[in-house]
Amino acid sequence: MGKAINIIRSTVVPLQDENVDTDQIIPARFLKATSREGFGKNLFRDWRYINDDEATPKADFALNNPAYSGKILVAGKNFGCGSSREHAAWAIKDYGFDVVVSSFFADIFKNNSLNNFLLPVTVSDEFLQKIFTAVEKDPTTEVKVNLGEQTITITSTGDSQSFDINNYKKTCLLNGYDDIDYLLSMKEEIEIFEKAKA
Amino acid sequence: MNDNKNNGIPNLPLGDGDTIANSPSGVGGATLFDKIWLKHVVKEIEGGPSVLYIDRHLIHEVTSPQAFAGLEKRGLKVFRPQQIVATADHNVPTLDQHLPIKEALSRLQVEKLKENCEKFGIELYGLGHPYQGIVHVIGPELGITQPGMTIVCGDSHTSTHGAFGTISFGIGTSEVEMVMATQCLMQSKPKLMRINVDGELNKGVVSKDIVLYILSLISASGATGYAVEFAGSAIHNLSMEARMTICNMSIEMGARCGLIAPDETTFNYIKGKVFAPKGQAWDKALAYWKTLYSDADAAFDHEININAADIEPMITYGTNPGMGVGVTGHVPVLSEVNDQEKPSFEKSLQYMGLQPGENIKGHKVDYVFIGSCTNSRIEDLRMVASFVKGKKKADDVEVWIVPGSKQVEQQAIAEGIDKVFLEAGFQLRQPGCSACLAMNEDKIPAGKYCISTSNRNFEGRQGPNARTFLASPLSAAAAAISGKVEDVRDYMN
Repeated sequence: MGKAINIIRSTVVPLQDENVDTDQIIPARFLKATSREGFGKNLFRDWRYINDDEATPKADFALNNPAYSGKILVAGKNFGCGSSREHAAWAIKDYGFDVVVSSFFADIFKNNSLNNFLLPVTVSDEFLQKIFTAVEKDPTTEVKVNLGEQTITITSTGDSQSFDINNYKKTCLLNGYDDIDYLLSMKEEIEIFEKAKA
Repeated sequence: MNDNKNNGIPNLPLGDGDTIANSPSGVGGATLFDKIWLKHVVKEIEGGPSVLYIDRHLIHEVTSPQAFAGLEKRGLKVFRPQQIVATADHNVPTLDQHLPIKEALSRLQVEKLKENCEKFGIELYGLGHPYQGIVHVIGPELGITQPGMTIVCGDSHTSTHGAFGTISFGIGTSEVEMVMATQCLMQSKPKLMRINVDGELNKGVVSKDIVLYILSLISASGATGYAVEFAGSAIHNLSMEARMTICNMSIEMGARCGLIAPDETTFNYIKGKVFAPKGQAWDKALAYWKTLYSDADAAFDHEININAADIEPMITYGTNPGMGVGVTGHVPVLSEVNDQEKPSFEKSLQYMGLQPGENIKGHKVDYVFIGSCTNSRIEDLRMVASFVKGKKKADDVEVWIVPGSKQVEQQAIAEGIDKVFLEAGFQLRQPGCSACLAMNEDKIPAGKYCISTSNRNFEGRQGPNARTFLASPLSAAAAAISGKVEDVRDYMN
C-alpha cells in the first residue's frame, strides 16, 4: 500500500462523536476477508445504514450528508479505541481518506494508520472545535495538512497549528517507506542480538 | 535522589550476568517495564522508535491472512516459526465444533490459517486440538507466557499476558507481518503509570470489579500512551487468573500494555505447565524472574492510588467500558456530565435505552454471556458454578457459558461443573471468542440486553443493536438467576 504523502488540501467530513471505537469503524462481521481490499464499502456500516440495508442510509450520518466530502476525516477525541483490527485503517483509507484529524488517538489505531499511509493528525481540543465550527458554517471549508512542515491550517480563516510526528515516521511517510523494509535491512543486527540474548 | 539505584536490594544476576538496567533518565531505580524493555531493544533510532525484539508471537485466523499474503508477495519466509503459536478462536462456532464450519467465510478463514501454518512451519492448535482455545487463555495455561518476555498478537487483548510481568500488546496486521519477517517491531517507549490498589476487597467484589472501577475513574482513554503497572496489596493477593482479567482490560483504558510484577503466585502457576522451563532451565529462569519488579525508588510519569474498600460490584451503563458505576449507583444525570461529553453521553444512553439518573440494579436482562479472554477461565467457571449450584436460571433468560479453552472445558467437566450448569439451565458451549465480538453466530439480537463478562460494551459489539452490561462473572451469575441486574451481595451472607 506504500504511497508517499506530503501536502493534502481538501474539504473535510466532520464526525463529532467521541470515543469512536474500531467496532464502529468496521464491525467484526466484516473481518472475515482474507485480503486487504474493499473494506471502504463497510466503513461505519452500522452508523451509515438502517438495518444494515444500503437502500436505507441514515440521513443524519456525516458520510451520508452530500454536503460533506473530501480526503480528511475530522473526528472527536479518542478516535480508534478498542480492537487492534487494522481493517479499521484499511476501511478509512479505502473509502478515500488520507488524513484523520482528532484531539486524541488510540495508540494501536495510530500505528495501524501510519503503516497504511493514513496520516493521524493530533490537534488541540480548541483547534478541533474550530474545524467543526468552520465546517458547520461552510461545508466547502478546506483544511490543508502539510506533513513536511508539520502544520494543519483552516484555509478560509488562516487558523493554523503544528502537529507532532516522530522524524522516523515522517521520513517513511514522505518517501513511501514501510517499517518492514527498514526491519528487513536490520536482519544481521537482529541475529547478532539473538545470539547475545541466548 | 537515592544514590543506591536499587535501594538496598542486591543486584541479582540477570540471565547471563547482566546488571539490572536503570531507568534511562538515570533518575531513581528501574521500573518493571524498563527492565524488560531494555533487554529487548535491538537498536534505538534517534528521534524515533526503537527496534524491539519480540519473544513470542501468537496468531489467530482473523488478523493473520493478510500478513501471510504480504510475506508471500515479498518472497519471504517466517523468520522464527518456533516462536509463533497459532490457534483458531475469533471466528469458530461454539456448538458442534467437530462438524465443518457452516458459514463459508469463517470456514475459509480457519482453513487459510491451517494452510498458512503448514506452509510456514508454525504450530497450530486448531479446532479439535486439546490445546485449542482463546489465544489469551491458552498462552498462559500452556506456559508459553513467561515473565520478562515481550509478547505480541494481532489482538488488542494481548495485554492479558502482562499479568505475568511481560510487555505484551496488541498489534495490527502490518505489524504481524513485520514480526513474522524479522521477529521485531518498531516501537516508541510509552510513558509509565502505576495504579496501586491497596487494602481488602469487599464481599462480592472480584478482579473484574477492580478493573471496571479503575476504568470508571480514569475513562476509556485515561491511560492512552502509557504502560500501566498494577500494584498494591489487593493486586498481589489476587490469583493469576484474576490478575489476567485486570491486565486484559488495561487496553480499555487505552494503555499500550498492563503489567504486574511476578511473584510466588506467578511462579507457582507456571511451574509444571507444558511449555514451562524444566530442571536447570527452570532454576535459571526463576532467578531472572525474581529480578522483575519496580525498584522501590523507581519513578513513574503518573501514579494513582486506590483504596480497595471503595470498590463495589460494578456494572456498565454506556457504550464504552469507562461508563460504569457501582451496582447500587445510577446512570449519571446530565449535570454530572461535562458539556463536551454530553452529545456522546446522550447518544450512548439512547442506544442503551436508558434514562439519565436511572438505577441499573433491577434492570431486565435477556441474555447472560460468561466467556471471553477476560473471564472464561476455570476460576471464573468455578465462581459461577458455586453461586448457581442448586439454583435455576430465570425462564426468560438465555445463558451461554463459553469456556476459554479445551483445557478449561475438560477441567470443568472433570469437576462436575458442567452438571451444575445443566441443572441451572445454562448452556455450556465450546471454546472460542463467541459473543464477545459476535463474529460467529453467537449474536445477541437487536434491542436485547446482555449482561456480559467480556470486555467491551461498544455499540453493536455483541451483534447489531445489541445492548451490553459489562460485569463480573459473579454479577452475571446472579442476573442469570433472577433475570435482572442484581447486587450480588444481596445473595451472600
